[in-house]
Amino acid sequence: MNESEKLSNELKDIKQIMERSSRFISLSGLSGISAGICALIGAWLSGIVIERNKRAVHNLKRSIADTDSIMYGDFIHSHLFQIAIITFFASAFFAFLFTYRRSKKTNTPIWGITARRLTINVVVPMIAGGIFLFALIRDGVYGFIAPGCLIFYGLGVLNASKYTLPETRYLGYGEIIIGLINLFFMGQGLYFWAAGFGALHIFYGAFMWSKYEMKS
Amino acid sequence: MKNPIENLNKTFDSRIRLGIMSALMVNASINFNDLKELINVTDGNLASHIKALEENGYIKVQKGFIGRKTNTLYSATKAGEKAFRTHLDALEKIIKNMR
Repeated sequence: MNESEKLSNELKDIKQIMERSSRFISLSGLSGISAGICALIGAWLSGIVIERNKRAVHNLKRSIADTDSIMYGDFIHSHLFQIAIITFFASAFFAFLFTYRRSKKTNTPIWGITARRLTINVVVPMIAGGIFLFALIRDGVYGFIAPGCLIFYGLGVLNASKYTLPETRYLGYGEIIIGLINLFFMGQGLYFWAAGFGALHIFYGAFMWSKYEMKS
Repeated sequence: MKNPIENLNKTFDSRIRLGIMSALMVNASINFNDLKELINVTDGNLASHIKALEENGYIKVQKGFIGRKTNTLYSATKAGEKAFRTHLDALEKIIKNMR
């Protein structure tokens, strides 16, 4: 190895350590795709539940004091809530799985300094958003759940993008915009939810996968 | 023209020291274990190189505790950042001249 090569390698090492110590680069595009697919399945199942209980939903809107419709309402809400929880854990599981696999490949610790920073920065806005939305649900303001989820998730992603692959911030912008538009189309939350958590995730994941992982 | 090799800093003439400085340039502070994981070295090896950099005034050490466990934080000093930048510039120049 000649002197020039040795120095070039030194520079390469320096760049790599700077990158590895400041950003979590093992985030896999496949995580985005799998999360998007889970979200679409979840939205599809929710659509079926809502369709089957159209009358109950209608009743619930008409008269909150009607005991019969509230029972129906509780029923579909618990069903939708279960679907949402399962969707969340399924997508989190697959997202973790693919990123874990990638971290093995790139030889970076899955729970190192950068992963911790990334997690804290995405989780704080999401927990704040979650508590905020629970308060809205308690007060019966269901229309804001879908746009609220999208906006707070987008803010979390945008915040975390400083600590991972930089293109991730466009996912954050996209989620925020879709959430904001949703605010002006109340009652269409499920479609916006499918667009933001489903389509946008798949689009983002496919882009990241083709950019960073396809060749390796 | 002055030979850029003169601008290479002898203190950074080690892969581990370069690694330590690189990590501290982009992070406000890092603790011992994270640094060890990042650069892939043994405790003793890392400690001796940290000591050398500290004696040169390039990094500062902050001893603290998390519960009962010691948590020592390292960060680059102003002088350290400047010295490392000069070193990097020199490296780049040398490589450019060699091509």
